[in-house]
Amino acid sequence: MSRAAGATATQSPLGPAFARRRRPSTLTIYRWELRKLVRQIRTYLGLVLMVILPLIFVVFESLHHGRNHGENIFATEITQSGLATPVLMLLFMSGFFLPLAAALVSGDIVANEDGNGTLKTILTRSVDRGQVFAAKALAAMTYAAVAVFLAAAVATVAGVVSWGFHSVTTFSGTVVSAPEALLLVFAANAVYLIPLFALVGIGVLLSTATRNSAAAVVGTIGLVILLFIVAQIPGLESIKPYLLTEQFQNWQGLLRTPTDWAPIAHSAWVCALYGVPALFAAYLVLLRRDVAGG
Amino acid sequence: MKRYNEVLAVDHIDLNVRGGDVYGFLGPNGAGKTTTLRMILGLITPTEGTAELFGRDPLRQGARALDGVAGFVEAPRFYPYLTGRKNLQLLAALDGDEAATRIEEVLDVVELAPRAKHKVGGYSHGMRQRLGIAAALLRRPRLLILDEPATGLDPAGMRDMRALIRRLAGEGITVLLSSHQLPEVQELCDRVAIVDSGRVVYEGALADLRRQGGASYRLRTSDDVRALELARAHEGIEHAAAGEHGLSIQADEQHVGELSLALGRAGVAILALTPELATLEDLFFRLTEGGNGAQPQPVAIS
Repeated sequence: MSRAAGATATQSPLGPAFARRRRPSTLTIYRWELRKLVRQIRTYLGLVLMVILPLIFVVFESLHHGRNHGENIFATEITQSGLATPVLMLLFMSGFFLPLAAALVSGDIVANEDGNGTLKTILTRSVDRGQVFAAKALAAMTYAAVAVFLAAAVATVAGVVSWGFHSVTTFSGTVVSAPEALLLVFAANAVYLIPLFALVGIGVLLSTATRNSAAAVVGTIGLVILLFIVAQIPGLESIKPYLLTEQFQNWQGLLRTPTDWAPIAHSAWVCALYGVPALFAAYLVLLRRDVAGG
Repeated sequence: MKRYNEVLAVDHIDLNVRGGDVYGFLGPNGAGKTTTLRMILGLITPTEGTAELFGRDPLRQGARALDGVAGFVEAPRFYPYLTGRKNLQLLAALDGDEAATRIEEVLDVVELAPRAKHKVGGYSHGMRQRLGIAAALLRRPRLLILDEPATGLDPAGMRDMRALIRRLAGEGITVLLSSHQLPEVQELCDRVAIVDSGRVVYEGALADLRRQGGASYRLRTSDDVRALELARAHEGIEHAAAGEHGLSIQADEQHVGELSLALGRAGVAILALTPELATLEDLFFRLTEGGNGAQPQPVAIS
């Protein structure tokens, strides 16, 4: 037994003879992470926002026919097809409200358990820290995806109910059929998940490192606001394409004919530069840190 | 070794817990008990060296190092928004094997079955402590680590907790009991380790400790006056005094034996010679605060 310095408890009759346990899979831990999210009231704060905002938008538009919608082509055809609504909502919510929903859970998912002391409860079971981390990061991403598609689904249904299931005109002026437009709406939301997952990675890092839910949530959303401000500073135009917040509009390349993949590809690697190191750093922090909270 | 800034919290602690023991782990606040338990469960990293349980390092070997081990450090923590049963289902899922099949059984053991459908947020402190033991038993542990399981319980709760620990020990589970409740330790434990300032100041059988510290005897003879004279004149008798119920003698076993022979030779009949063991509380304070009484010798820790 190596014991250079430290604490040791020995019970030799039992020592090496333990039967190996069958380990739970990371998928099992992930399922329980989702169940925990489902059982917490605060989980629904973000989701309620995802339902209410599109509904308010549709009601407001229904009451203000013919108002000036600016130059956005989807805004001008808002009352022509209900399928313009989810596109406009994604445009509106992608900058702040969807990142806010993602931050609410990603910033909380480790810190909350640390503060309550339940992190040490689960870390003394038959699961490794890496498994717990992976399950939590996946659960936070799942929540972000649910928030995005919930907002899209509510906007689509409310829009179609109000203005019908008709063809729409894309950013490049091409008319696409309603089924194709529906598919594009789905794809646009899926592509938007790329920068959102990177933000989730940052949220999980802050959650793990700060051990404080409020600090991690505020820090994550504060970073978004900071990057928006940086993008407005004259003279910093050269770094603008590499700001995470600039990637929030990457999905618009899908709504052109032919599809413009360049912003999507650019966004993918820029987001990887934010998200992958953040997640890796969060993993290392959780792996090496003392868990004594609660 | 674990150091927090300039404070040395744990310094080479080695606990030899034998199968079947109820092993008391004692020390004043800040002595390093909880830090030691956290290290051996892999919750915190030693500043230097390793912390091992059965020769396995949880930080290197991960969850595998905790096979056969369960328990809680400080108060057991659960998800307040889940019911007691749901919490156990979650923890059983994280244990794998057949842990989930034992949920009802362990709820019965800790007598929480009627409240298992209620959310833990509404549980009393005692119920959470019992749920903590239930959660530990799901793992079918051979070593159960309990950190202050009776703290915060009312007298009935403490009595029930003691009964539960005794029952678990009776079923063959080895218990490592960290506690401030010295009467509880004295009642339950076979062996103890006492730590102070991060180091073990005593480790061994509780009975040995009490014998070492309790070198005091009550003596009744046919002639107490003569016996007192002989005791005071006898080499090795540290203190002799007359009391209401005979003489009080302080000396080690060997010198008391010699005195008894001397009394016999002098024609003084011994009616009663009773060792008076010091209480664990007396010994605890002597070891951790430095009392004036006889100091038990620290044992070598292997």
